[in-house]
Amino acid sequence: MRSVMQQPFRTAVLVLVWGWLLFLVLTPNLLVIGASVMTRDPGTFISLPLNLDAYRQLFNPLYLDVFLHSLYMAAMTTLICLLIGYPFAWALSKVPRQRQMLLIFLLIVPFWTNSLVRTYALKLILATNGLLNNALMSVGLIDQPMQMLYTEGAVIIGLVYLLLPFMILPLYAVFDDLREDLLRASHDLGAGRLATFVHIIVPMTLPGVLAGVMLVLLPAMGLFFVPDILGGSRNLLVGNVIKNQFLDARNWPFGAAASIMLTLAMAFLMFAHRLSKRRIGEEGV
Amino acid sequence: MKQTLLSLSNLSKQFDGKTVLDSLDLEILDGEFITLLGPSGCGKTTLLRLMAGFEHPDTGTITLGGEDLTHTPPEKRPLNTVFQNYALFPHMSVFDNVAYGLKMEKRPKEEIRQRVDDALAMVQLGEFARRKPHQLSGGQQQRVAIARAVIKRPKMLLLDEPLSALDFKLRRTMQVELKRLQRELGITFVFVTHDQEEALSMSDRVVVLKDGQVQQLGTPREVYERPANLFTARFVGDTNFFAGRVDVANGDDTITVDVFGLKRTFPKPDFQVAAGQLLHVLLRPEDIRVLAPNDDDGVAGKVVERNYKGSTLDSVIHLDDGTEVLASEFFDEDDPTFDYSLGERVKVSWVDGWEWLLPEENTETELEGAVDA
Repeated sequence: MRSVMQQPFRTAVLVLVWGWLLFLVLTPNLLVIGASVMTRDPGTFISLPLNLDAYRQLFNPLYLDVFLHSLYMAAMTTLICLLIGYPFAWALSKVPRQRQMLLIFLLIVPFWTNSLVRTYALKLILATNGLLNNALMSVGLIDQPMQMLYTEGAVIIGLVYLLLPFMILPLYAVFDDLREDLLRASHDLGAGRLATFVHIIVPMTLPGVLAGVMLVLLPAMGLFFVPDILGGSRNLLVGNVIKNQFLDARNWPFGAAASIMLTLAMAFLMFAHRLSKRRIGEEGV
Repeated sequence: MKQTLLSLSNLSKQFDGKTVLDSLDLEILDGEFITLLGPSGCGKTTLLRLMAGFEHPDTGTITLGGEDLTHTPPEKRPLNTVFQNYALFPHMSVFDNVAYGLKMEKRPKEEIRQRVDDALAMVQLGEFARRKPHQLSGGQQQRVAIARAVIKRPKMLLLDEPLSALDFKLRRTMQVELKRLQRELGITFVFVTHDQEEALSMSDRVVVLKDGQVQQLGTPREVYERPANLFTARFVGDTNFFAGRVDVANGDDTITVDVFGLKRTFPKPDFQVAAGQLLHVLLRPEDIRVLAPNDDDGVAGKVVERNYKGSTLDSVIHLDDGTEVLASEFFDEDDPTFDYSLGERVKVSWVDGWEWLLPEENTETELEGAVDA
């Protein structure tokens, strides 16, 4: 009690932070866990008795297909982001400092526009009468419009477009930390470019890769409005399933169980990230 | 007689239009410990990087044992580097760091194990093989870096200010250790430093660099006692510069010089002298003799500073004409309590024959920044 009197500011901040975490992070999560083990109820949404039916439903072949397809699209998105983001971040770390800041700024500028709006913009580009088809036809590459909208490809393009910066930024951070000396030392000891890439650059940038995967893979399973706008009915994400269960099907326990599955996947990735950082001698997050 | 191992000829290098190396020539002998000494920005690190192959010269050639290396990539050069901040691979254990060079050569596992064990034993780190670099102290990391660099038995070891991150005591220990390693391994060491004391105590030969050019190349003794120019004289050790004027160029091998109104006779220097010419008379602080104010010899002044250094008493004396003189005197067994009080009147002289003459230089600029170390 004495310390409360002595350090009112410190106490106030701590109460605020803990209060925030307790009421806005812990409580909702506990509620989700609670909902997932209860029974669906048309009137009150959830009711007793407790059971694991919702989790059993996750393994229903129908939903399992949706989850696997969602995982596939998210994985493709992550892979494409990695393939574009890795060389991009590497190159970014090599340009002169001042230009670097400008490029990072440009990378962040799209965030100032709501992602929903940007997804609609993408729809205009990919539509049958959209910018891309018209451009391709006017230069004579195709005779008739291609079906791009409402395909798996459109969903992946949308996800890559929205999530690429989340891959580039953590990768840029690790490339920026990668000291030229280490690469020189590797060459000095007889390693060529490929060997240096495999033995030094890849392990040293692995924490950035995992951070980027973490920031892309999970949102890529959850961004339900992307398939809503670009994907049509066959290209659903886990996020769509969760949204549908809560808003349309009114099956809260199942929606809750599905979102817990995503949380567990996140926890697993964070654990892997921590291990990789420890390997190169940095403190785990 | 020692043979030339590495030969640099006419090397030039510019960065963003700024000349870092200016048609530099240098021959490095097989088995010697040679130090590149100079202030920051003198080109010593660039020179080392050109030897290692991390940079390529704009003009000139580098040959090692007669073989042209100028455009050979670093991984194909038979020399290795110890980096300023060690550059140990943080994700590998000490063992894997040291083994890296041999693994790249695809040596058999058993041979790698044996040679890494030997290398770690040589730097007394045998029991640290399983540790990660960040679990070691600075001095231990330094030793790992050395073991890693010598394990491929390079013809030449390049050391880029390897001791600059260590504290004073550890530096001294590592200096001795490096000398021992160099003797045992018989490898040519090229050592970069801005610390003149380190350069003098460790090297067989010292290369003094400034503005990308060799100012002087010689043994530590030559560089210290017979500096080739004012820059070297100022950069290597403390020096008193007295203005002198040639009085008479005698017929024999001596000249008479007027210093502070005293007529002194010196052996003729190896540059041209004529009567009336201005020159610098250089005297190291330990060459100075401080005499009683009533002595017949010497120039009058007063003590303005005294520093007790344990084995010596260092003082600054203001001569009556305004010149400052640094003096460093050893304590004498006969007079263990000898000391000066500030403001005390004294006379300054020096040991005849210990002075060194340099001609007046027109380009006296840029010398200010040079006196760090």
